[in-house]
Amino acid sequence: MDGDHINSYMTGPDESGRFGSFGGRFVSETLMPLILELERQYEAAKHDPAFAAEMDDLWKHYVGRPSPLYFAERLTAHLGGAKIYMKRDELNHTGAHKINNVLGQILLARRMGKTRIIAETGAGQHGVATATVCARFGLQCVVYMGAHDVERQAPNVFRMKLLGAEVVPVTSGRGTLKDAMNDAMRDWVTNVRDTFYCIGTVAGPHPYPAMVRDFQSIIGQEVRWQLAEQEGAGRLPDTLVAAIGGGSNAMGLFHPFLDDPSVAIIGVEAGGKGVDSRVEHCASLSGGRPGVLHGNRTYLLQDGDGQILEGFSISAGLDYPGVGPEHAWLHDTGRARYVYATDAEALAAFQLCCRLEGIIPALEPSHALAHVTKIAPDLPADHIIVMNMCGRGDKDIFTVARHLGVELTG
Amino acid sequence: MATRIEARFAALKAEGRKAFVSYIMAGDPDFATSREIVLGLPAAGVDVIELGVPFTDPMADGPTIQAAGQRALAAGQTLERTLDLVRALRAVDDATPVVLMGYYNPIHSRGVDRFLAEAKAAGVDGLLIVDLPPEEDSELCLPALAAGLDFIRLATPTTDDARLPKVLSNSSGFVYYVSITGITGAAAAQAGDVAPEVARIKAASDLPAVVGFGIRTPEAARDIAAVADGCVVGSAIVSEIAAGRSVAEVLAYVKALAEGAHSA
Repeated sequence: MDGDHINSYMTGPDESGRFGSFGGRFVSETLMPLILELERQYEAAKHDPAFAAEMDDLWKHYVGRPSPLYFAERLTAHLGGAKIYMKRDELNHTGAHKINNVLGQILLARRMGKTRIIAETGAGQHGVATATVCARFGLQCVVYMGAHDVERQAPNVFRMKLLGAEVVPVTSGRGTLKDAMNDAMRDWVTNVRDTFYCIGTVAGPHPYPAMVRDFQSIIGQEVRWQLAEQEGAGRLPDTLVAAIGGGSNAMGLFHPFLDDPSVAIIGVEAGGKGVDSRVEHCASLSGGRPGVLHGNRTYLLQDGDGQILEGFSISAGLDYPGVGPEHAWLHDTGRARYVYATDAEALAAFQLCCRLEGIIPALEPSHALAHVTKIAPDLPADHIIVMNMCGRGDKDIFTVARHLGVELTG
Repeated sequence: MATRIEARFAALKAEGRKAFVSYIMAGDPDFATSREIVLGLPAAGVDVIELGVPFTDPMADGPTIQAAGQRALAAGQTLERTLDLVRALRAVDDATPVVLMGYYNPIHSRGVDRFLAEAKAAGVDGLLIVDLPPEEDSELCLPALAAGLDFIRLATPTTDDARLPKVLSNSSGFVYYVSITGITGAAAAQAGDVAPEVARIKAASDLPAVVGFGIRTPEAARDIAAVADGCVVGSAIVSEIAAGRSVAEVLAYVKALAEGAHSA
């Protein structure tokens, strides 16, 4: 698609759920009526001031929004170039951006009279956020999690259980995030009447990619006024950087700025051990091609016969072989640029952030930070980068210790 | 000229018999065994062969079909080799309809036009692609119809009267009523619950309606077939293959199911 002919990047998706050729509603007939009903209900909620008011109240008093926009002074000095701000969504209740979306979907589920909430989770952050909000509203919560992830994210599994959720380890396939999503969809197709599927990222069938983006866009909307407050009225960021697994934190940061042409937008995928033919990475945009999975057309890691490949990343939250369809479209139009950072680069950025800023980042935003460390030194001092610190690293300390050769004993 | 599917259902109607539709996964447990089973299905009494196209992420299927797909992929099954199975059948049988059932991505990956031409030439009669609802008809359904292949649609308990005409539009061959909300291989439906649903479909379409999901015994095949134009058995047959039964044993089980359906 030729980006020059697009008047606005913010109007998508169209009525068939497409961003260009991406997105859509590739689901079985059993789910189709539910998807259509969800779309109707979401449209109604979106235009209901009472819904917005309830969201605002919970965002403020339960989640702790707005999250700070923080000038990373020492990191800026260390890199010696662009001025670096961090959007501190890791300070949200439950420690990541995930709760922004969960809150919206659970309030919608309540409006729809659904009593049972299901979710998939990779790193466990979306599962914890869902379990949290379900506890807050007294809803039954079932979280599907790949058996492999259950093992590498044990603290989050325990958190979910403390919050009253049932965690179902998924052993089908290879037991990772995509398999958890398959099993969540199987549950949904079986329990269609009372169950709401709370998808954790900007993927899945329409209206999920748009709905999750809308709930996450609070991130970018806050950055807009917060930066103006700190840098002067009308000052926009020059570059936005965010990590991409499915891409919900990135979409939330990017979307409010899509029609500001002066703002460069960079998504950072998980490069794992390197993006090459071995496919030991999760960089769907850098190393995949378009296909159809989990209800939408997007870039996927797949073999020559259309079979989906398992991604690989040190970060369980980025370990997904697809990416949200709106990112696929922004990639093809050229409005956003997509790069990757390897495991080793993310680990280095993780440690740098701990020591220079006193912030232990999650491994997911460590990928974004790794890219910031690559570009900031060559940019002028008046160039403003905003990176999304979308999660905190408490959940990752065991993984990091293992990679650094440190043994933690309990 | 009538398609193989039309001819088969017309013949069954003339004989006053119900259709028995069997499902197996192409290439499960390996290509050679799968080929022997496919070639044996017509003689076992199968009226329509559904051939599963393996996919890594079969979201609408239960553990039985998913495991079958993984066995097939591990044994080297590809879309090309699935068409090879159809070609092998067509060398000895030009009457039994073959429907490929699966998910869109392997076809999307091969390219829709190329796939349709190859499938038609191989002797495929219809496609049943689970993740392509009528809202996505322009993707594969309309090109398939233009290429002379039937596009078989699933109707489900969640397909209400308002939506049913949309599901039936652009569908051809027959309608597959999924008797439960759930995945393949899950709990069985009762004939008493299925009958009014079939009547609903028959009132809205002239196409034959077959019913599947959850049928495991010749008796259940008979009961369900009695209230429809036929029945489909998949997971139960696949379970026999998974249990390591010989080709002869699998075909004997299929024959018993077929006799059940035909006794309706």
